[in-house]
Amino acid sequence: MTGNSGLWAYAITEPGGGDALTKHGGGHLSRLTGVAGATVRTVAAGGFTVLVSDVDLAEFGEVALRRNLENLTWLEEVARAHHHVIDAASGLFPLLPTRLATVYSSHAAMAAALARRQEELRAALRRVGGRVEWGVKAYLAPQQDARDTEQPAGGQVGGETAPGEGGAGLAYLKRRRAQLNAGERSARAALAGARAVHEELSGRAAQARLHPPQSPQLSGNQMPMLLNTAYLLDASASDGFASAVAAAATAHPELRLELTGPWPPYSFAGED
Amino acid sequence: MDSPRAGVPAERIALVDLLDRLLAGGVVVSGEITLSVADVDLVTISLRALLASVSSLDESYADAERAIP
Repeated sequence: MTGNSGLWAYAITEPGGGDALTKHGGGHLSRLTGVAGATVRTVAAGGFTVLVSDVDLAEFGEVALRRNLENLTWLEEVARAHHHVIDAASGLFPLLPTRLATVYSSHAAMAAALARRQEELRAALRRVGGRVEWGVKAYLAPQQDARDTEQPAGGQVGGETAPGEGGAGLAYLKRRRAQLNAGERSARAALAGARAVHEELSGRAAQARLHPPQSPQLSGNQMPMLLNTAYLLDASASDGFASAVAAAATAHPELRLELTGPWPPYSFAGED
Repeated sequence: MDSPRAGVPAERIALVDLLDRLLAGGVVVSGEITLSVADVDLVTISLRALLASVSSLDESYADAERAIP
């Protein structure tokens, strides 16, 4: 390895896991390209087999990496390449994905880093290896606002003052307040619904994790996102889980649910 | 290479869903290069990249944290 080249790590697997694949699998991995178009290969390091590819440290060294990660185009390309490798490999053998931008200056440095945390990594590999992650996003359903604002406008507000009292301005303010109250009530009901859905789905999963809800600009949905979750499941439980999400969507018309996956178990690879 | 599992084709995956997972997920095994990058800093740096393209991410994250217990 030259001084200008580093190793980009994609995933960790049990010793021999990836090797067996390269030998028997008709070279699946040899056709797999990773970050910056480099060929992905498996190497033994620190008691594990690691999926890696070479990266130029002029682009992927610490200083360059800090700069490049601020470039969304660059980040997207690298993120998709990283995912492409892990997604392909995770369907073939159990693995533990590594955090995006895990770069080592040498094989020895990588082996030392892995060896130091061998027990912990092995435990994580046992916990997530072979499992899949499903994502569920819950939005406030679009019709909810309109539907709820109609109904309480008369009853609740009309009770406070006799009809006909006050001018058009007062009537407007009352109507407006009723709308705001109704909006708040429906948002609270939707949040309660989202919590119930999360509880129900968590019960079916080996583990669950909350991600921060995405902003409307990022999600591409104008309605607020109430829940952005990840669930760790046995691959065989995927069908049942998808059905449970569909059932929850029917049971909770105040929410719009979106299912993504199966993902490699990214959200559960860490210690938390 | 195609994923052998049924799922969303790679090009259809929303970047934001992917970054949710890649920036906050995956095991962190720091090497000497990634020591400061791979941990919290990476998330900060990359969120700044996202912020450059959309302005109200911070606000929305704060709202979201208040909304979800």
